Amino acid sequence: MARSEATLPAAVGPSIRLRTAGQRRRRAVQGYLFLLPSLAFLAVFTYYPILTSAELSLYRATATVRAHAFIGLGNYAAVAADPVFHQVLHNSAEFLLGTVPVTVALSLALALALNRTHLLVAPFRTAFFYPALLPLIGAAAIWLFVYTPGYGLMDVYLRNLVGNGANWLQDPMWALPAIMLVTVWKNAGYYMLFYLAGLQTISAELYEAARIEGAGAWHTFRSITFPLLGPTTLFVLVIASINAFQSVDQIWIMSAGGPDNTTNVLLFYIYQMAFMFFDLGKAAALTVFLLAVLMGIAALSFRLLERRIHYEV
Amino acid sequence: MTGQALRGLRTTSWAFGVGALALVWIFPLLWAVATSFRPPGSLGSQIASLWVHHPSLANFREAWGEAPFVRLYYNTAVVVLGILAAQLVTITLAAYAFARIEFPGRDLLFRLFLLQLMVAPSSLILPNFVTIRTLGLLNTRLGIMIPYFASAFGTFLLRQAFRGVPRDLEDAAAIDGCGTLQTLWHVFLPLARPTLIAFSIVSIVYHYNEFLWPLIITDTDRARTVTVGLASFTQSAESAAQWNLIAAGTVIVILPLLVLFILFQRRFVESFMYSGLKG
Repeated sequence: MARSEATLPAAVGPSIRLRTAGQRRRRAVQGYLFLLPSLAFLAVFTYYPILTSAELSLYRATATVRAHAFIGLGNYAAVAADPVFHQVLHNSAEFLLGTVPVTVALSLALALALNRTHLLVAPFRTAFFYPALLPLIGAAAIWLFVYTPGYGLMDVYLRNLVGNGANWLQDPMWALPAIMLVTVWKNAGYYMLFYLAGLQTISAELYEAARIEGAGAWHTFRSITFPLLGPTTLFVLVIASINAFQSVDQIWIMSAGGPDNTTNVLLFYIYQMAFMFFDLGKAAALTVFLLAVLMGIAALSFRLLERRIHYEV
Repeated sequence: MTGQALRGLRTTSWAFGVGALALVWIFPLLWAVATSFRPPGSLGSQIASLWVHHPSLANFREAWGEAPFVRLYYNTAVVVLGILAAQLVTITLAAYAFARIEFPGRDLLFRLFLLQLMVAPSSLILPNFVTIRTLGLLNTRLGIMIPYFASAFGTFLLRQAFRGVPRDLEDAAAIDGCGTLQTLWHVFLPLARPTLIAFSIVSIVYHYNEFLWPLIITDTDRARTVTVGLASFTQSAESAAQWNLIAAGTVIVILPLLVLFILFQRRFVESFMYSGLKG
């Protein structure tokens, strides 16, 4: 970061001309004081809980034991041997791989289709974007009806096309895809905005040059649009991946993790373990695991995000 | 076929193709609104249609009576605006420090802030629940709000805006005898208005919609927010298959943001375009 900071002229030199060492020191103290309120809340609700999760994960802490007993890596061993955890991992991976690429591709396609001038562009953009504003819990309540067997929207409209539908949310095969579809529907319009912003930055001259050289639409997309949207794509991929691990509200209302844990994902399992099964030690071990996953994504994308924050936002 | 006719055909097929997909996207919302106006008890196959034969407000009356929406709205308003007010103070100070003050360890602290973008409070529900319980803040609005008082996202956004403030203006304010806080108030904040508005919109939407955290912090209606109220309301109505009622409850909950969105559409879209990250 020091390097990128030095390349930005705005960051060079102190803002107010500071002559003496005493003045500079007083100014630095002011910097710490200004960070103090934020750091205090971050310390209590971000840094400290990371540490306490790690600590609590080493103890047996269930509703039935009075004093927490140190059991080393016992909770991790229990989690590793837990067949539900394996199912949860499998579901989380399926959720991630099933929603992220689809949502990103769809949002790119929507942005390309809506990056033009036409009377209908504004209403179309609104139609795709509005789900991002709905509370996930409200969207899930609506989709609960969409998937209702017999007279839900999915069944009624699909019946005319392909015959009888399934009992979507009760069928172990369909429940997770059904929930994934809600996620795609909710986020595609939001990510579309980033692509629309990205498309604005591509110079029209490039397209003009491609047109003069007689490049077709597909060729132009392959050699100009897609490569130049690279940073946007990476950025959207990161946001979508992090979101995939952190939004579980729809699962709470649509399936509660069922049937047979087929829609149970990592964060929802933590919620169950802590607040329904009251096994805090195991829930803490699961939290540490989730944090490791998120940090992994973070590490992969750190440089990218930093660059984006420095130059684009 | 002439070039013009071809272009017209292309535009028409574009309009129909994208329009069909847009219709699919908006259908669930249209359905929820239509159903909320349908008289209670009218089930059967017509429930999946968008047409309402005899519009009625009965579902809204019943929904309004079954969940304490006034209380839920009040709690949500306090939580959302309380978080925003606290955030605006913390991010203004931190953003100024990162943008304009030199001090040892600045880069390291900046990286520590970044951590919050990756580890959103939702992944820390268990340890934060324990903290809130220890502080005696369960079932309070403050308990719902307090983990969000610092915002790494807002700090970055505002830091970026502050960096664009011309040095001359800042120096002129200093010459006029303004202290740092006065300069912040009279020079930096007015110039960063678009950023402040964008951040505020994203923050309000995010916290209005938040569910899991307020759910575990509250077990009575005292501090509950609308999303939590809607969830328990939906659960009880679903077992009785009262879809008209669920639709009415959902419309009540999503209406405030949708109305704001329709009124300030451009602002919303720009803010979200600008945001990149939630929080």
